Amino acid sequence: MTLLHLENVAAHYDQFQALRDISLSVAAGETLAVVGSNGAGKSTLMKVICGALPASAGRVRLNGQDIAGQPAHRLTAQGIAMVPEGRRLFRSLTVEDNLRIGAYAGRKGPWTLERIYQLFPELVKRRDNRGLDLSGGEQQMVAIGRALMSNPQMLLMDEISLGLAPIVVNQIYRALPDIAAEGMGLLIVEQDINRSLSVAARFCCLMEGRVNLTGPCADTDRKALMDAYFGVSA
Amino acid sequence: MIVLSTLVSGVLLGGFYALLGLGLSLTFGIMRTVNLAHGDLVVLASFLALAVTQMLGLSPLVSLIVLVPVMFGLGYALQGLVLNRVLKDGMMPAVIITFGLAFVIQNGLLMGFSADRMVLRQGTLETAGVTLLPGLTVGVLPLITLGAVLALMAGLQLLFRYTLIGRAFRATSDDPQIAALMGIDPKHVYALAMGLACAIIAVTGVLMGMRSNFSAFDGPIRLIFAFEVIIIGGMGSLNGVLVGGMILGLSQVIGGALNPSWFQLTGHLATLAVLIVRPSGLFPETIDRS
Amino acid sequence: MPRILILAGLGLVLLSLPLWGSGYQQRSVVEFLYFLSLAMAWNLLAGYAGLVSIGQQAFVGIGAYALVVLAEDLGLNPFLTLPLAAAVAALAALPASWLLFRLQGAYFAVATWVIAEVLRLAANASIDWLGGGRGRAVRSLGGFERGLREDITFYAALALAAVAVAGAVWLLRSCTGLGLMAIRDSEPGAQAVGVETTRTKRRVYLFAAAITGAAGALIYITQINVRPDAAFSVNWAAYVIFIVVIGGIGTIEGPIIGTLIFLALREALSGLEGWSMLIFGAIAIAMMLFAPRGIWGLVTERWNIALFPIRRQMPARFIEKETT
Repeated sequence: MTLLHLENVAAHYDQFQALRDISLSVAAGETLAVVGSNGAGKSTLMKVICGALPASAGRVRLNGQDIAGQPAHRLTAQGIAMVPEGRRLFRSLTVEDNLRIGAYAGRKGPWTLERIYQLFPELVKRRDNRGLDLSGGEQQMVAIGRALMSNPQMLLMDEISLGLAPIVVNQIYRALPDIAAEGMGLLIVEQDINRSLSVAARFCCLMEGRVNLTGPCADTDRKALMDAYFGVSA
Repeated sequence: MIVLSTLVSGVLLGGFYALLGLGLSLTFGIMRTVNLAHGDLVVLASFLALAVTQMLGLSPLVSLIVLVPVMFGLGYALQGLVLNRVLKDGMMPAVIITFGLAFVIQNGLLMGFSADRMVLRQGTLETAGVTLLPGLTVGVLPLITLGAVLALMAGLQLLFRYTLIGRAFRATSDDPQIAALMGIDPKHVYALAMGLACAIIAVTGVLMGMRSNFSAFDGPIRLIFAFEVIIIGGMGSLNGVLVGGMILGLSQVIGGALNPSWFQLTGHLATLAVLIVRPSGLFPETIDRS
Repeated sequence: MPRILILAGLGLVLLSLPLWGSGYQQRSVVEFLYFLSLAMAWNLLAGYAGLVSIGQQAFVGIGAYALVVLAEDLGLNPFLTLPLAAAVAALAALPASWLLFRLQGAYFAVATWVIAEVLRLAANASIDWLGGGRGRAVRSLGGFERGLREDITFYAALALAAVAVAGAVWLLRSCTGLGLMAIRDSEPGAQAVGVETTRTKRRVYLFAAAITGAAGALIYITQINVRPDAAFSVNWAAYVIFIVVIGGIGTIEGPIIGTLIFLALREALSGLEGWSMLIFGAIAIAMMLFAPRGIWGLVTERWNIALFPIRRQMPARFIEKETT
């Protein structure tokens, strides 16, 4: 069943149109990889879905209900969570308080402090540290855990491998199937195409604010994807 | 003995200033903006206490039962209905709006209560004293004030550290956009913070109104003292407020002891000295960074 | 160019006013001119450099006391003290800027006020020299015949306002102005392209102080008695902020319109002592909420006009080339 559905969505920053005519959907339990070069509109797409930026046209549906135009804090209560680019932990809160604040919206579900510590055991000994005292990888684990604590139906992840050592990225990506197994929809934005295609079922390639190629990840024509990524017209 | 009693009175005066700075520090710590009507809200609270004591026949301290919720509501409305509308446009609109509000309050009080100096009377409490040493008597009211500051500071620390809404305050102060992704409505948090600050202002207005007389135009100087407390203590640092208040109180009392007309001047100069030596204050950083 | 004709016509009317206007009209225009100069200076700070000061009364007071000291103690012609008052104010602004520029945003605002308060208290404390709380009078003004004094005052005010407006326009069209706009849009961005942000802001701060100082001296040429509580009164800041906010912050035309409205409103509300300040405060709040770009902002939204263009437009020859 379709969990998240975007229909002809457009978005603007003042005069500048960052997204045009975007349509895509994610089913429960499905992982969608959104790829595209710098400035293609990936982060804007995330902002529109999580309510940080209002769509200027089109519809965003969650479980069939139109959620476009609702502010971010309401959407969290309805089951949309995001791991923001750059992790952005709350600097005056401890690791555990960062995780706890993730549950502010009060949604019930499988994710609790214990589950997060099971998923990322490294965090247990760090629970009383300030967020900024952690390594980049640990911070990313906290950011993912914080988003999971809201027990979302739809989880958005923005550039979670950015600036991290490959070994740490491997570790984080190993946790993703466990997360997806809980039946939530996952939308992953990465610069590193191979990474995101390795965990996703389908991909969606953006170019200058438009979707210019979609398809299943398993039997992608790499040549076609590269052309779409760099905007080489076939 | 004169030296000792001067120091003690400086510390006790510092208690009033710490209380004055606490509300301002709270709003700065969470909203990162200065409420220029802070002093006028304190004076407004004193006048409201006067009205409540006269109308309901309550004593000033008991009038807080009415005053604290009223001022909380006023603060919530000020932030929720007015200041939240200009959040996106940087700090200038908030500075100008609260500056305008200062003039509205001052002249509103002038119209409503005349230009006379007023005072709150709580029986004989204002003049009661405790003799600590032979020749060293301290007032009961300053001691109550100091106790109130400590209790409020402890209460705020507990709130911020151990409650969900307290964590939401800190999270919003750190990063309002990400806080919204957690399901926190930053505007509601800001309004609550202003409400809380105004509730503290209610306590401040009553205690200061009992300590000395007040008039409609006393707000600006109270704002300046409150501002000096948080400049000295470190902007947005709740713990710094106590030290900031003490240093301001001591420098005023010491200056005044040397020459009565230097009383305020030495306080201002102490502030400017801190600005020169340590521009971020003695306890920099924001709430709970201990 | 109708714009130049309008400005020239306006200039001619003003220049000849002492010939045909009444004493009351002349004094009103003087008041308009010094408020305009104060507003223009504050507008440069807040509207262009992002420095929201609520302590410009410090320089009004400094200018006023410069007038007293230079005219009374050193025996200078009171009118010749105007440029000197500007210099004194700018000189005083330099150390103040070292202190103030360590503070951001709203803290800068309150700190400017603290400095003004310190000066007010210091002037109150200086009983032997500055006359303490009762202040001092500029007695040497008595040496001028009244009509002559008012005429010179008028032309001095006109010159001051012309310098304030022309200086603001020139500053904004210069490199400094470009830097300021860059800072206003993004301070880190401006730094990255080589704008020396602190130096640029300081230049504006000193210029604003000089204009405000000269205006302070001029105001007390018309009032004769200088008292610290009046000269360093925060009401100066309140009036000026009201003027700029209602007229249109960050525009050259805004303060002109704002000053006219302020004086008209003050006239209409005279006799309602407390109410007038309450109404001024309430209007400023309402403007910030509902029309933050002021009346001139509403005008330019409707009609694309500018009395003092400070935007650079691409010369026509380049545009033509592109289209051909």
